[in-house]
Amino acid sequence: MLKKISKNTKSSFITCALVIVIYAVIQIMNSAGSLSSLIKGMLVLLCVYSMMAISLNLTVGVLGELSLGHAGFMCVGAFSSGLFTQMLKTGPMNPNLRFFLAIMVGIVCAALFGFLIGIPVLRLKGDYLAIVTLGFGEIIKSIFNALYAYKDANGVFHLSFTSPKATVTDEAVISQYKIYIDGSAGITRNPMQSTFTIGIIMLLISLVIILNLMHSRTGRAVMAIRDNRIAAESVGIHITKYKLLAFTLSAAIAGAAGALYAHNAPSLMATSAKFGYNMSIMFLVFVVLGGIGSMRGSIIATIILTVLPELLRFLNTYRMLIYSIVLIVMMLWNWAPACKNFREKYSLKRFLRMKLTKKKTEEEV
Amino acid sequence: MALLDVKNLSISFGGLRAVDNFNLEIQQGELYGLIGPNGAGKTTVFNLLTGVYKPTEGRIFLDGEDITGKKTIDINKAGIARTFQNIRLFKEQTVLDNVKIGLHNRYKYSTIEGILRLPGYFRTEKKMNEEAMRLLEVFDLADAAGVLSCNLPYGKQRKLEIARALATNPKLLLLDEPAAGMNPNETQELMNTIHFVRDEFKMTILLIEHDMKLVSGICEKLTVLNFGRVLTQGVTAEVLNDPEVVKAYLGE
Repeated sequence: MLKKISKNTKSSFITCALVIVIYAVIQIMNSAGSLSSLIKGMLVLLCVYSMMAISLNLTVGVLGELSLGHAGFMCVGAFSSGLFTQMLKTGPMNPNLRFFLAIMVGIVCAALFGFLIGIPVLRLKGDYLAIVTLGFGEIIKSIFNALYAYKDANGVFHLSFTSPKATVTDEAVISQYKIYIDGSAGITRNPMQSTFTIGIIMLLISLVIILNLMHSRTGRAVMAIRDNRIAAESVGIHITKYKLLAFTLSAAIAGAAGALYAHNAPSLMATSAKFGYNMSIMFLVFVVLGGIGSMRGSIIATIILTVLPELLRFLNTYRMLIYSIVLIVMMLWNWAPACKNFREKYSLKRFLRMKLTKKKTEEEV
Repeated sequence: MALLDVKNLSISFGGLRAVDNFNLEIQQGELYGLIGPNGAGKTTVFNLLTGVYKPTEGRIFLDGEDITGKKTIDINKAGIARTFQNIRLFKEQTVLDNVKIGLHNRYKYSTIEGILRLPGYFRTEKKMNEEAMRLLEVFDLADAAGVLSCNLPYGKQRKLEIARALATNPKLLLLDEPAAGMNPNETQELMNTIHFVRDEFKMTILLIEHDMKLVSGICEKLTVLNFGRVLTQGVTAEVLNDPEVVKAYLGE
């Protein structure tokens, strides 16, 4: 019994240690100057994507519901936190405190969206849920693509779908407007406050939250619903409550990732390339290839599949060909029975254990 | 007063009257059997008792409390736990966790306590582990505590389902064909287990079963259903010799 508990804790510990080791290695490489500017530019993005992958894994792997609109929650987090920063940019507030509050705003807004969308959506199952979340993701993206947030000449805050330039033609008046979100041009001149260290800290916090949740009473209830809804109900587990809880938490973490993303570049636009369907699918690919339900796998898959296409740029036209081959190889490596056997046979753990037992027997002799 | 008192229970699916005017009284500590040919409505009765279906007519009282039309989880909280004809375990979770999920409403700590690993988490988890292991030992499953429940042999999966149901601390335990798919040895073992559960936990048990050896071996009273209606009710030996029952169920 005790052995089993320590096994869970050990596994969580290894996952967190892995992230810390990656962080340390990158920092050392960075100070040694052996990191290309290409990789340096991707470090925060890696944290953002890893957070997206583990938060989607919470929905797909732990809750067992397929969501195809996860980038939508990231979009909410990015724009709400970006708006917050824009509004207080010129104020007297300490930039670090402002950034912290912006992240909180992103988390809260995304969680709220997750909660509200979750109420109707989680009544659906399987394919239907996938389609509805896909729709919601696109709707959120489109809304932010058409949204204008500004303060007019009198200092009144407006949130509308029409550009202030469409109604006010006087150049002198419009110059007094403070435009925070400018429709499809999005947020511009955003302070770049996201750093790799902050990203890693946020990733670690998200990881600890998810792993601790999974191995607690709440997590067991969520997984019970995933494994067998009817049985879960029969032992007195409140289905809607736990589904919503997991979905909201997943959206909140996606919001945090979005906030990090928003402060990683000076401009933020709600384009399909950044928050559209393709991104949601990309996160799903990270989750599936890393192993559904395995947070460690999600992070590893995210790193490989984000860095690899960039490293393969010298291949020009063959780049995506190699990328797809890597996807297939990873899939086989993770799931094909023959590969699984091979891995178990030649695993590091087994190798170490064999050495230990050998030593023991030698000592006994 | 009867522990379970079912009065004039009926349910219609469209034009089909699946259960018609069903009456049942089970006293505290009884081992009660519900039998009948395939399609007689036995599992429908279970689904009505546990709130999966809402009855068209009739009332259900558990220990004097009216539980008619309540939700499954509220009925479980009121004190009815069940197992399923086709085993429904939480397959991807360990044997221990399956029982701990059964303990869900008895040992509580908040989600925040779980995430932040506050003292309440460790205290309650320890109690949950002890209680779950105690139950697993009763069912001779303690050695398999860390095994994924889908990897258990069939007979043990049945036992685990009973253990999980008992973990919710019910007043009444419903077993839906517990011996289905078991060989004679396993059935014998199951009979011992059911007896043991009744005596050890002072449990009241209502079971559906086709295995006549098991029914006549352990049930004190029987109700025979046929086409959704009660054919006969009473003491096992009398019921099984009733010519109507023999004709409808056991064959002439």
